[in-house]
Amino acid sequence: MNDKKPGKYVISRGLDQFFIGVSDAYRFTTRFFKELFKPPFYFRETVNQCFEIGLKALPLISVTGFIIGLVFTKQSRPSLEDFGATSWLPSLMGIAILRALGPLVTSLISAGKVGSSIGAELGSMKVTEQIDAMEVSAINPFKYLVVTRVLASLVTIPLLTFYCIVVGLLGSYVNVNMEEATGFIAYFKGAFSSIGFLDIITSLVKSLFFGFTIAIVGCYKGYNATSGTRGVGRAANQAVVLSMFLIFLEEMLIVQVVNWIRYF
Amino acid sequence: MTEDRKLDQDVMREPVIEIKGLYKSFGDLEVLKGVDFNLQKGQNIAVLGKSGTGKSVLIKIIVGLLKPDRGSVNVLGKEVNQLNAKELDALRLRVGFSFQNSALYDSMNVFQNLSFPLTMNFKKLSKAEVKDEVMDALEAVGLADKAKQMPAGLSGGQRKRIGIARTLILKPEIMLYDEPTSGLDPVTCTEINELIVEMQERYHTSAIVITHDLTCAKTTSQKVAMLIDGSFTKSENFEDLFDIEHPQIKSFYNYNFTK
Ligand SMILES: Nc1ncnc2c1ncn2[C@@H]1O[C@H](COP(=O)(O)OP(=O)(O)O)[C@@H](O)[C@H]1O
Ligand SMILES: [Mg+2]
Repeated sequence: MNDKKPGKYVISRGLDQFFIGVSDAYRFTTRFFKELFKPPFYFRETVNQCFEIGLKALPLISVTGFIIGLVFTKQSRPSLEDFGATSWLPSLMGIAILRALGPLVTSLISAGKVGSSIGAELGSMKVTEQIDAMEVSAINPFKYLVVTRVLASLVTIPLLTFYCIVVGLLGSYVNVNMEEATGFIAYFKGAFSSIGFLDIITSLVKSLFFGFTIAIVGCYKGYNATSGTRGVGRAANQAVVLSMFLIFLEEMLIVQVVNWIRYF
Repeated sequence: MTEDRKLDQDVMREPVIEIKGLYKSFGDLEVLKGVDFNLQKGQNIAVLGKSGTGKSVLIKIIVGLLKPDRGSVNVLGKEVNQLNAKELDALRLRVGFSFQNSALYDSMNVFQNLSFPLTMNFKKLSKAEVKDEVMDALEAVGLADKAKQMPAGLSGGQRKRIGIARTLILKPEIMLYDEPTSGLDPVTCTEINELIVEMQERYHTSAIVITHDLTCAKTTSQKVAMLIDGSFTKSENFEDLFDIEHPQIKSFYNYNFTK
């Protein structure tokens, strides 16, 4: 909201708006946690949203997960071949897919598919006054629209991440099997050999963070959409850009923290 | 009929909306500058005014969608700005708001649009009761056959009527109609005007009808108020309003009667 005249800015127009945006987003996020525990609870709508989110992202995640598993294995082989260490491939890929590729690929695809559609849907509800219409009929739109979507995303994105990891490992297995004729059991024994409990927990935590980010950013951008159909497009677009940026930031921070725990 | 309704209104002199010294601005744009306004029980008031004068802002303040900068807004004996979320919701159930662009939920069909506010607010209603209520409301607006349709497939007039039905289903004591007839053909306008009158008679609601159309104002309302430059003209009767020498009032009059 550009309320101010030039000359009235605290720092400058851009920076002022940036800090106003940050504080708005912060308030939006804290409102989520406040409303989360207050009745009524829209369980049915949350389940609907789980299906909505899951089914939207599933096809693309299947394809991408498989291809990335396959291609990464293929591309990693030459550098291991130099040392005659291609038998390490399964365990290498196991770590790579579980620790990094699975959560990242899932969340980036979901940011594109799910985040943008939440942004567009809520944005168009906002500009056509459907959100106001809920409010005047004594329905809390924040609970009904935002809380349900964020919860659904918190459930669905970790499940999708797990699914993506499995599909990615299958892709990797197909490549290893073609090149070295490694059997299914042998491959997965190798893949799981160096995966620890901490790795699994880390991936879960990451995917929870990513899922939360995707949904809350989409909802925030949609809820604050302005000025007609252009505003809706902008909300969808900004939802994707901002959530991808935050996902990378979170990835970096979580990896730092986990490394610190690992070697402490 | 008009006579009867005038009499009714004299009997029930009990204010349902009282606004005093209301100010609202957006940044540097001062929209409402000292609005005083009263609506009596059982009475309909037409609010005229050029677009962008803050008519929609005024009724959004009445239901608490927007916060006023200062001034008092009393609706059904409650000071709107001092209510907590729960009290505000309770008040909102008693005040119906029909949006300028209908604001139908496009992800739901017509039936669900109407049943949604009911089931969300009255969890104890059985499926059959909900269905009865919805079909009654749809029949009241003459669109019972459209229950299964999606809003996208409806005409402008049908959307408006569904919007009104969705509001009426909660049996409000006050109705706020935001431009119920704008952008519609004369036949549909007449239908909507009749609907508003019928709702007043059947449910004894009071209403604010925002409109640009004097015919609509005269058929639906007993009083009229014109919003000019952020506040209301003194006059409240149709005859007196057009005696006031003001270019905006004159152009309203000329537009509506010298076509
Ligand atoms: N939420 C808002 N933020 C900023 N400006 C607004 C907002 N709502 C309305 N306005 C401005 O207030 C003025 C009055 O708007 P409105 O009440 O919609 O006019 P109308 O009388 O046509 O219904 C307009 O200039 C509009 O741009
Ligand atoms: Mg308006």
